[in-house]
Amino acid sequence: MTISLDVNGERHTVTASPDTPLLYVLRDDLQLNAAKYGCGLGQCGACTVHVDGNAVFSCLTPVAATVGRRVTTLEGLGTAEKPGILQQAFIDEQAAQCGYCIAGMIMRAQSLLSYNPSPSDEEIRQHMQPNLCRCGTHYRIIRAIKRASAVLANHQNKGDAT
Amino acid sequence: MIVVKSKRQIWLSALGIAGLVGMVTAAIIVYEPAIPPVARPSPSSFEVAEVKRGAELASIGDCVVCHSTDGGRPFAGSKALPTPFGTLYSDNITPDETTGIGNWSFAAFQRAMTRGVARDGSHLYPALPYEHFTHVDDADLQAIYAFLMTREPVKEVQPPNDLLPGLGFRPLLAGWKFLFLRKTAFVQDKTQNNEWNRGKYLVEGLGHCGGCHTPRNLLGAEEHGSDLAGGVAEGWIAPALDASNPSASRWDQASLFDYLKNGIAGAHSAAGGPMGPVAEGLSEVDDADVRAISTYIASRMKPAATPSAKTNANPAKAEGTTASKAATRTPASDAAKLFAGACGGCHMSGAPMETAGRPPLSVVSDLKMDDPRNAIKVVLGGITPAAGHGPYMPGFADALTDQQIADLLAYARSRFTDAPTWPDLAAKVSVIRKEDAK
Repeated sequence: MTISLDVNGERHTVTASPDTPLLYVLRDDLQLNAAKYGCGLGQCGACTVHVDGNAVFSCLTPVAATVGRRVTTLEGLGTAEKPGILQQAFIDEQAAQCGYCIAGMIMRAQSLLSYNPSPSDEEIRQHMQPNLCRCGTHYRIIRAIKRASAVLANHQNKGDAT
Repeated sequence: MIVVKSKRQIWLSALGIAGLVGMVTAAIIVYEPAIPPVARPSPSSFEVAEVKRGAELASIGDCVVCHSTDGGRPFAGSKALPTPFGTLYSDNITPDETTGIGNWSFAAFQRAMTRGVARDGSHLYPALPYEHFTHVDDADLQAIYAFLMTREPVKEVQPPNDLLPGLGFRPLLAGWKFLFLRKTAFVQDKTQNNEWNRGKYLVEGLGHCGGCHTPRNLLGAEEHGSDLAGGVAEGWIAPALDASNPSASRWDQASLFDYLKNGIAGAHSAAGGPMGPVAEGLSEVDDADVRAISTYIASRMKPAATPSAKTNANPAKAEGTTASKAATRTPASDAAKLFAGACGGCHMSGAPMETAGRPPLSVVSDLKMDDPRNAIKVVLGGITPAAGHGPYMPGFADALTDQQIADLLAYARSRFTDAPTWPDLAAKVSVIRKEDAK
């Protein structure tokens, strides 16, 4: 059937069975390849994207469930030329090793910063708990999130000053 | 005239005497002396074997679950315990002499456990299940005391309780105990074997299963006429542990043992919600004690001689209601697609989870209960293994809307059970989502 989706602020129309995982539609129909297939069971977080601003496992979200809701993928946060604040922080901290989990990590972290711009270490660990990294880059990931948080605070202060 | 007056005087003085007697009685009920502080006993003054036994008993009692915060130091307290009367914060039961129980003698510990009175004589809230601990024998209390007194002391003061106005006045608790606390020694049932009796002792005493699985009255006391007839715990339904238990196949000693020891029984359910930490605690406990608990609970869950008519009555009713309700919901075929996409990866026949010994949806209790509360809570929040390993399910609170979750559950209920449709599901999902967000 024909399904209309709002992804990264753009409207897309795809032909898919309503039970198709959102992940497959993003990757196969819309060529948005940041989100990765990891386990397909909601256990690893490599497929994390946002629906209405909240981090979800796109492998377990049927595409029909996202009709009328806002989907955001890593591509929606910035571009290679102009990365978003959190993306730049991950680059600055060189937080990826193989990189397979990183798109999901960034999307998970982004949802945290959107409602809590200056999280504690404990809050970061708790929030990032659903996402796994088998290379073990967790310390760098936490540093990147804290770096982005500091940049956000800096922007906030500058905004207040002007 | 004079007669009338003197009658009134007699009444007044009688009332006065009654009032005085009442006040004196109340004072006697309320008053508990402080027990003098002691120097913290040296850890080496306790026998290693006794400490070890105390550790197991403390696991059966689940002390650490309430007496630690998530990620906090074990037994240091401060965990928020939401109750219908407000929020209590658990006490520090590490042997710190100023903020914990380091200067408590055994007599003080024993009084706290069995009569709900702190060392300084103040009354303790019945969130500490002394209703149950009053049945624990002294040797077991000694072992738990030895275990706690040999833990690392932690200096930590719990936040002040946040209770409904007036309930912070602890002498009221004496009245509560006068009404509800019954100090009775455990009595062996000679017609049953040792294992069954051991199980009963642990279930009624330290295990305090009734704390969640027995309904409570308006004043928050367990209704003793309805022992283990089902209650609530932290927003979850604690199912009845008697013949009315909603499971698809009868629990028996072996399946209860699996469930309690490993947190999962293949033909039944995985331990979710507050039961997760209970199973985690029991995984540390000697097999014989877990088996004894299983034996006793299994005996209580045996149906009465005639099979319940309830299970036979449901299917016919189910078909009628399902058909009439279907029009107002997502069409069944769409709900089936939602189910396939969101749940099928694990819950369709042949899916990895189904072949890994996980309970299929056709047997789990949550879908069969009259109240959808537990099923909704599991779909919203998932199942988080208590110790970082064990049964896991992701939550769908952010992925699916209230209506989508309601449609999924209605579909699963009609597909996997013979039970009647749950009414007003979407509204209930919305209510529970708000509760969970707090």
